[in-house]
Amino acid sequence: MAISRDEVLHVARLARLALSDDEVDRLGAQLNAILEAVGKVSELDLADVEPTAHPLDLVNVWADDEPQESLSVEDALANAPDREAGFFRVPPA
Amino acid sequence: MIDTLRLSAKQANDLLESGDASSDEIFAAYRAAIDERDDELHCFLHVSDDAPGEGIPIAHKDVVSTKGIPTTAGSKILEGYRPVFDATVAERCASRGLRVIGKTNMDEFAMGSSTENSAYGPTRNPWDPDRVPGGSSGGSAAAVAAGLTPWALGSDTGGSIKQPAALCGVVGLRPTYGTVSRSGIVAFASSLDQIGPIAKTVADCAFLYSVIAGRDPNDTTTVELPDAIEIPLAEDLNGLRIGIPKELNEAEGIEPGVSEAVNAAIELCRELGAEVGETTLPRSVEYGLPCYYLIAPSEASSNLARYDGVRYGLRVTDGDVREQYMRTRDAGFGEEPKRRIMLGTYALSAGYYDAYYGQAQKVRTIIRDEFRAALAQFDILVSPTTPTVAFPLGAKTEDPLAMYLCDVLAIPPNMAGLPGLSIPCGLSEGLPVGFQLIGPQFSENVLFRAGHALERALEFDYVPERLR
Repeated sequence: MAISRDEVLHVARLARLALSDDEVDRLGAQLNAILEAVGKVSELDLADVEPTAHPLDLVNVWADDEPQESLSVEDALANAPDREAGFFRVPPA
Repeated sequence: MIDTLRLSAKQANDLLESGDASSDEIFAAYRAAIDERDDELHCFLHVSDDAPGEGIPIAHKDVVSTKGIPTTAGSKILEGYRPVFDATVAERCASRGLRVIGKTNMDEFAMGSSTENSAYGPTRNPWDPDRVPGGSSGGSAAAVAAGLTPWALGSDTGGSIKQPAALCGVVGLRPTYGTVSRSGIVAFASSLDQIGPIAKTVADCAFLYSVIAGRDPNDTTTVELPDAIEIPLAEDLNGLRIGIPKELNEAEGIEPGVSEAVNAAIELCRELGAEVGETTLPRSVEYGLPCYYLIAPSEASSNLARYDGVRYGLRVTDGDVREQYMRTRDAGFGEEPKRRIMLGTYALSAGYYDAYYGQAQKVRTIIRDEFRAALAQFDILVSPTTPTVAFPLGAKTEDPLAMYLCDVLAIPPNMAGLPGLSIPCGLSEGLPVGFQLIGPQFSENVLFRAGHALERALEFDYVPERLR
């Protein structure tokens, strides 16, 4: 199934990507080619097959609830593009 | 004079232990090799002039967080980012005295098969600088091949250790999923990402793997190894049952020169005492690549949501915070991450989830079951690591699907969480050919033994011809 220009824009919004018009056109064409190739998975009838999310059979890995040392506020903010009074600073929502 | 091109990590360490060279002298020798050859090759994104430790050097792929040392994952969105903690694997290497000589170049966020997707420019292949080193751990593989570091860490999601190791004529291990911690690793696709060693010999890979492997409380997907890692000594393959999966060895696009070198290596396995037979993976190869290119981008679209210009990395401010997210991500991500984020977001979006991501997860079950069946009859499976030898820079950059096909043979076992070792098995058109050995989960010792015995018999010269 082909993906329309409107769908490309919708997906870009979902992914929080401000794409230029050129990018929308180029990515749209490439996505269609890739989707055609990967859509091959739908040829298989797998109605009775269980999905695999993860290659190991680990279930519920527990840890004791013990306080441990964590990052200091200074370290946590060390790479912040903007900060104020011990917080990350961002433009208004 | 320390010949870093020739020296294995074991031999470098022997120099140190015998007192023939000091840790500083060894570090200086590799550092001089970087000064001499890295302007041309561009294996490194960051080079250290000095580093703590009393052992030999190591290079880390730039997905590995290194405290205070820039870590960019090959992306502009992380330009200038300096982690405030070490990844567990970096910590484990440091605890053994290994000194970080630098951070290696890579495809942005480990998305690519040629290292041309690095936002900081491509790495070149030491065997032929007009050709790619493979990717995404191309900087690590090329640096080992060019004698710029005794060994390096790479990461492998869909072939990113095995494929560049093959194209650069070195040894690379993609470990069993869950055996090496990802704490402090820049995440790409979490159900597939693994960290592993790249070195000149199988024994070096085995040693480095023993340093980094094992459960880490900071990564709940890790498990303790069932057996201690043994440094391989075997000289024969007596009694080893080797399966040749037809589809992995006869896939469309495998170059005749690659098949020839791989078939010669298989013949050598027979001479070394292995029992060789044919087997089949009817759907794993045909559907492995499509399955991967749904699952990996889907997980990537989620993992890369964290790059929003709030806590670290690039920020492009324009209007409100939502606008900031969108501008920052447009400016900071290169083409390939954008392509995969879009693909993954689409595959996970309402109305398409079942047809794409859900169906791909079921295909994954089929792949796992097929490998399980083949590995019930054989101890290991073998194939070429890649369909082709190293290709010229620019040859596939305009065609994403052609680039994706570089990993068509490396991906299927990854989907099943299986370990894979790539060793060089010869040359085709003067360029290295990689031989892939695949085993059941936690079979690294078997892969190391087989790889080592074969490596001895093959006598492949890992120093690139033009540098000898």
